[in-house]
Amino acid sequence: MYFESFAAFFQMGTHGPYVWSAYGISALLVVTNLWLAYRRQRLMLNEIRRLARREQGGQ
Amino acid sequence: MMIWKTLTRWYHQLGSPRYFYRFTEVLLPWLWPIALLTTAVGLVWGLAFAPEDYQQGNSYRIIFIHVPAAGGALLGYVAMGVAGLVNLVWRMKMAEVMIKAIAPFGAVLAAIALITGAIWGKPTWGTYWVWDARLTSMLIMLFLYLGVMALINAIPDPRQAGRAAGLLSVVGVINVVIVKYSVEWWQSLHQGSTIKLTGGSTMPPEMLTPLLISMLGIYLLFAVSVLWRARAELLWRERKSAWVKELI
Repeated sequence: MYFESFAAFFQMGTHGPYVWSAYGISALLVVTNLWLAYRRQRLMLNEIRRLARREQGGQ
Repeated sequence: MMIWKTLTRWYHQLGSPRYFYRFTEVLLPWLWPIALLTTAVGLVWGLAFAPEDYQQGNSYRIIFIHVPAAGGALLGYVAMGVAGLVNLVWRMKMAEVMIKAIAPFGAVLAAIALITGAIWGKPTWGTYWVWDARLTSMLIMLFLYLGVMALINAIPDPRQAGRAAGLLSVVGVINVVIVKYSVEWWQSLHQGSTIKLTGGSTMPPEMLTPLLISMLGIYLLFAVSVLWRARAELLWRERKSAWVKELI
């Protein structure tokens, strides 16, 4: 590691709050978006299965 | 000639919804862990192992997310523009699906580039925001992405929505060029390009390597997000077709 200790790593000199807030917000946005994308295709498959069952039940 | 044949075969196969769905079914369980791992390696390397910048200190470490996000947003917009053009010329259904699949993650990356840039600006320039060419054109890019999403949501007929969104995508590519060259064409607080395809980059390899790995990781995550969204959209559009009925 470039830093001498974990404390120094989190502090980043005086720039800790800038660096960590930038990374925190980015991680939150990316992970949320990926999760929504993944869930969307799963939910879509379930929805189409449900529609198909209902169609079969109606006939 | 061989290459051309292979490319056209790919184009037609991946343009077929059924083939695309089956192909991504196999690809994604590999692609998403690789994408996540690559991003993690690049970011941890950049945050913890790369040396400090002699001018900016540690604040420069924001670059390892800022540049990949900005690059991804630009590249994504070009891809959306190409899909828009393909759709306007050939009315290709797959192209409509791609426009809709690209826009959300593109918007997220544009937002990340703006937010991390603002945070980085404070210790470096002494301000979060200035209305200069680079920052303003990047903000316009975010609005263009959001505009494409809003258009698709506002028009009920998917084919009409695809055409309108495609047109906006194509026109918006002009803005990509403006973002790219804004730091050369106008006076700007924003620093010049760090990575250059031709000629030397302005970064030592200890910093450049983690940056390139982070970029690859973010681009792969973008691809994963696009493929997941495209699958959902294809399922819905093709729900009455034989291949979806076979699937469920």
